Amino acid sequence: MDNVQGKPVRKNRRDFLKYLLGAGLLGFAASVFYPIIAYLKPPKQSEVEVTSVSAGKLSELEKDSGKIIRFGNKPVILIRTASGELRALSAVCTHLECTVQYRKDMGLIWCACHNGKYDLNGRNISGPPPRPLDPYRVVVKGDEIFISKMT
Amino acid sequence: MKTFWENFYNWIDERVKLEDLVKFMGKKYVPVNRHSIWYYFGGVSLFFFIIQVTTGILLLFYYKGSSDLAFESIQFIMSKVKFGWLIRSMHAWAANLLILSAFIHMFSVYFEKAYRKPREITWVTGMLMFFLCLGFGFSGYLLPWNTLSFFATKVGTDIAGAVPFIGEPLKIFIRGGQDVTGATLSRLFGFHVALFPGIFTLLLAIHLILIQRQGISEPLHFQDKPKTEKKTMPFFPNFLLRDLLLWLIVLNILAILAVFFPAELGHKADPFSSAPAGIKPEWYFLFMFQSLKYFPSHILFAEGEVVGILLFGAAGLLWLLVPFWDRKSSRGERNKFVNYLGLFAVIFIIILTILGWWS
Repeated sequence: MDNVQGKPVRKNRRDFLKYLLGAGLLGFAASVFYPIIAYLKPPKQSEVEVTSVSAGKLSELEKDSGKIIRFGNKPVILIRTASGELRALSAVCTHLECTVQYRKDMGLIWCACHNGKYDLNGRNISGPPPRPLDPYRVVVKGDEIFISKMT
Repeated sequence: MKTFWENFYNWIDERVKLEDLVKFMGKKYVPVNRHSIWYYFGGVSLFFFIIQVTTGILLLFYYKGSSDLAFESIQFIMSKVKFGWLIRSMHAWAANLLILSAFIHMFSVYFEKAYRKPREITWVTGMLMFFLCLGFGFSGYLLPWNTLSFFATKVGTDIAGAVPFIGEPLKIFIRGGQDVTGATLSRLFGFHVALFPGIFTLLLAIHLILIQRQGISEPLHFQDKPKTEKKTMPFFPNFLLRDLLLWLIVLNILAILAVFFPAELGHKADPFSSAPAGIKPEWYFLFMFQSLKYFPSHILFAEGEVVGILLFGAAGLLWLLVPFWDRKSSRGERNKFVNYLGLFAVIFIIILTILGWWS
C-alpha cells in the first residue's frame, strides 16, 4: 500500500523539483543575458535639435556649383544652379546612405556609390535610389544663406 | 646516452601518455590522385589565419580604435614605426589572400562532394568560418577610418538594415547608433579583434579535430577503387612537410606583395563630404555590389535592394546546407545538379566581379 500510494507522490515531488530547477535555470539565464543585451543597445544621446544653420555667404557660392553643409549631424547639399537659383536638399542618398554630390558636367545630383542620379529638385531619375531627396528651405538674408527644415 | 630532448619527451610522456596522441596524429592518410593539389588550400588558409593573428597582434600595439586617433595612429604605424608599413601591408594582403584561398578551398570541397556524410559538421564549421572571414574583412576595412572605409561601412550596414524585420535593430546594433560614427568604429574594432577571433578559433578547433578524427575525404571516383589500387600518403610527416614547404613559398609571395604593393591609407573620413567617385568595395564583395546595381529601385511592392538581399541570403543558406539536401552524394551516387549549381556560382561570381572591376 505504501509503495503504490508513495510512488505518485514521489514522482510529483520530483517533477516539482525539476520545474523549480528549470525555472531557476531560466531565471539565471535571463538575469545573465538581459544586462548583456541591454548593454549592447546603444543609449539614446540627446541631440541638440537643429532647425536652422548658416550656410555661408551667397557671394562665395559660385553659380553652377554645390557644397555640403553640416545640418546638425546630417549632411545637406546646397546647390546654386546655373541660373542662380538656390536649392537645399538632404545629401543622404535614399539608396544606401552615401553622401551625394553636385555634378556640373551632368547638371545633376549624383551618388558615387551606385551611380544614382537625382534632378535639381531632388527627384530620383536614374539608378537605384527608391525615393527623392528631402528638400530643405533656403532663405537669404543680406548676403548670408540660411538653411532650415521644411515645416 | 639519452639526449636532452629524449629525456624531455619521456618526462612529458610519463605524465600525459603522449603515445596515444602520436597514434591519433599518425593515422591520417591523404589520398593521392589527380585532384590532390586542392588538398593544399585548407592548409594555406590556415597559414594565412596564423599570419593574420600574428600581424594583427603586432598592429594592436600601436593602433588606436577611436575616430579621432585611428587614422593618425595608422599614419604613425606606416611612417614612424620600424617595419610598421610591412606589418600593416602583410595584414592587408594576407586578408585578401586568406579569402581567396578560402574561396578555392570551399569550391574544391564542394565539387569533390567532400561535405557528404559523415562530414557535414566539417562543412558547416568551414562555411561559418568563411562567413566570419567576410566579417573580418568588413570590420577590418573600417579601422583605418578613411573616406573609402567610412562610406563602405555606411553602405554595408545600410544593406543589413534592409533585411525585413530584424534589419533595423541589427543596423543600430552594428553601428552603435543611428549613423556611422566613432561608436561604430569602437564596435567593429571589438568584433574584429576579440569577438570574431574567439568564435573563429572555436570553429577552427572543431574543424581540425574532425578532419583528424574522420580522416581526409576520398573523392567518389577514388572511393570505389579496390584497396590495392588506392595510392595514399601519410599525413604525418609526408604531407605536412609538403604543406610547410608551400607555406614557405606563400610567405615569400606575401612578402613580395607587401613590399612592392604596400597598403594605402587614403584620406581621413569626413562625414560631411561627398562619397568619392569610383568608390568600390573590396573585390570579394564586388559580385554582390555589382548585382545590386542591376536591380531596379522597385520590384513589385518591395525595394529592389530588399529583393536582392533576400536572394543572396537564400543562396547562402542553400550553399551552407548542401550536405543536407544533396542526399545522392552521401549514398555514393553522382549528383550532376550540384555540379551545375556550383559551376553557375563560380561563373556568376567571376563575371560579376570582372564587371564590377571595370565599371
